Amino acid sequence: MVATTEVVFQRPESFTDVHTHYCPGCTHGVAHRLIAEVVDEMGLREKTIGVAPVGCSVFAYRYFDMDFVEAAHGRAPAMATGIKRVLPENTVFTYQGDGDLASIGMAEIMHAAARGENITVIFINNAIYGMTGGQMAPTTLPGMKTTSSPLGRDVEMTGYPIRMAEILSTLDGASYIVRRSLHNAANIRKSKKAIRLAFEAQERGLGFSMVELLSTCPTNLKITPQEALEFVAEEMVPVFPLGDYKVSSVLESLKV
Amino acid sequence: MAKELLKGNHAFAEAAVRAGVEAFYGYPITPSTEFLEYMSRRLPELGRAFVQAESEVSAINMVYGAACTGKRVMTASSSPGVSLMMEGISYIAGTEVPAVVVNVMRGGPGLGNIAPSQGDYYQMVKGGGHGDYFPIVLAPASVQEAVDYISLAFDLADKYRALVHVIVDGNMGQMMEPAELPPMKELPKTVPDWAVSGAKGRDANNLTSIYIDPEEEEITNLRLLKRWKEIEKNEVIYDEYEVKDAEILVIGFGTAGRVASSAVREAREEGIKAGILRPITLAPFPQARLLELTEKVKRILVVEMNSGMMLDDVMKIVQGRVPIEFYGRMGGMTPLPDELLDEIRRVAANQDPVSDDPRDEWIVRMDKLLTGEK
Repeated sequence: MVATTEVVFQRPESFTDVHTHYCPGCTHGVAHRLIAEVVDEMGLREKTIGVAPVGCSVFAYRYFDMDFVEAAHGRAPAMATGIKRVLPENTVFTYQGDGDLASIGMAEIMHAAARGENITVIFINNAIYGMTGGQMAPTTLPGMKTTSSPLGRDVEMTGYPIRMAEILSTLDGASYIVRRSLHNAANIRKSKKAIRLAFEAQERGLGFSMVELLSTCPTNLKITPQEALEFVAEEMVPVFPLGDYKVSSVLESLKV
Repeated sequence: MAKELLKGNHAFAEAAVRAGVEAFYGYPITPSTEFLEYMSRRLPELGRAFVQAESEVSAINMVYGAACTGKRVMTASSSPGVSLMMEGISYIAGTEVPAVVVNVMRGGPGLGNIAPSQGDYYQMVKGGGHGDYFPIVLAPASVQEAVDYISLAFDLADKYRALVHVIVDGNMGQMMEPAELPPMKELPKTVPDWAVSGAKGRDANNLTSIYIDPEEEEITNLRLLKRWKEIEKNEVIYDEYEVKDAEILVIGFGTAGRVASSAVREAREEGIKAGILRPITLAPFPQARLLELTEKVKRILVVEMNSGMMLDDVMKIVQGRVPIEFYGRMGGMTPLPDELLDEIRRVAANQDPVSDDPRDEWIVRMDKLLTGEK
């Protein structure tokens, strides 16, 4: 008998062979992996340019084995625009958190979408600032305690969470705007399919695409990883409903 | 090529096109707007990139992105717009990617006005953005000179992977003058090995300004400083006129320098031994030449369209070897040749010592000028 082995699971080619700096239970690693798998499956690695944000994923470029630049806080869509306009044949994506995209970078994301910039945006919404240590984000839920809303987010004083997928879906330049979640296996599979469609939109020149991914930050929520996943399912999903907010008709018929 | 009558902002833009600029990202602001308008038609016609961004913040970050691809890229703006760009300018400097920024300066601070000024000297020459970095700063004084030096700006940016500022004032952006444009350069067919273009058949390129380990940041800071010392050694440019036997040395850049040159010519006709040193690179400053001239002259007159910013650099270099006097107009006011001729006459006749800050005497004269008092 000859023993045979079959590889059924390995690092995506688009990943570097290094450990990430992410906290235990953080879903950045899952989101990174889904992107890398999609890039591999579509054969895009050698023409992809990623744009990393400021936030916990500031070092995202270390984990992807592809060309990457590192943007200023919130400016990733502008930087991606600058790149895509001179290299229209390349695949360009940004990876941004909620502080980056929905607070300091609100102008850049809105106008990139309005221009129909042919880029893909992966938006990590975990309802809190991670890197600076758990401050209130534009997506922080009403009543939620953070280090800068220690008594709980008071909507009378600080307003309400911003729903980016809904807002961006109103813009004619957007081709694919959806919200998914990373809180369990079924939703992770759906998230991957959405990321695939977002990149497909770009490859087809359909214009701006964004996948919002509800994510966890157990460290700053001061709960266990398991509790953080439950927080997403039970607290975040009701405020940020999962679903397709805009899907170009070209993509509706696409089987991936 | 023949000379054509060209509007400053249009000529600068076409000069950039012919130097091989492949992308322009900007936001309208007076008195630089015609630069953007010109590019909005010209670049798409050539199949090159143009975006009117939602803000100067976004525009400079688009420039930053394109600069990372190794292609020639630029923006043009005016003082308040350039203030907004300072974030991206610092990132460009920190990532060591080449880019050209044109500042058509106007009166300030704040909203100020739209009249010509040189009030952004500190901001452009001394950095402006956060952190340790050294931009190259070119200050042409005519439409023709700006056309020539915009081309050079791209060459210097590429040569040193550096940020190059071209600063002119609203006069130069708005005026029409005869100038000769250079021939169209062919675009390069290869990209620099450091640029991002997709990691095909090579290791991935990462371009970033983050050095989380302070030791690595310090190494980067030192590398930037050493590169700057090379630039200081190799790239100083200045113009001078009638300095050979000059006793009064006038120093001015851009429009102030150009008006002062006319005043120097008239002073010579009156027998006053005046000459002018006009720095074209404000950074690196023509320090060695100024020191040589300091040995020969009796008095220095610094002329600017600000409150005496280059003056500080001149004083630092001259170190009290000869008395320095100052004449500035501010707020968007441009000095006239007769006004500067009067100053040269006054300085030529003045034997008095000058106080530690030459602005002190100037402020007294300015008060009289503005109140009409004799």
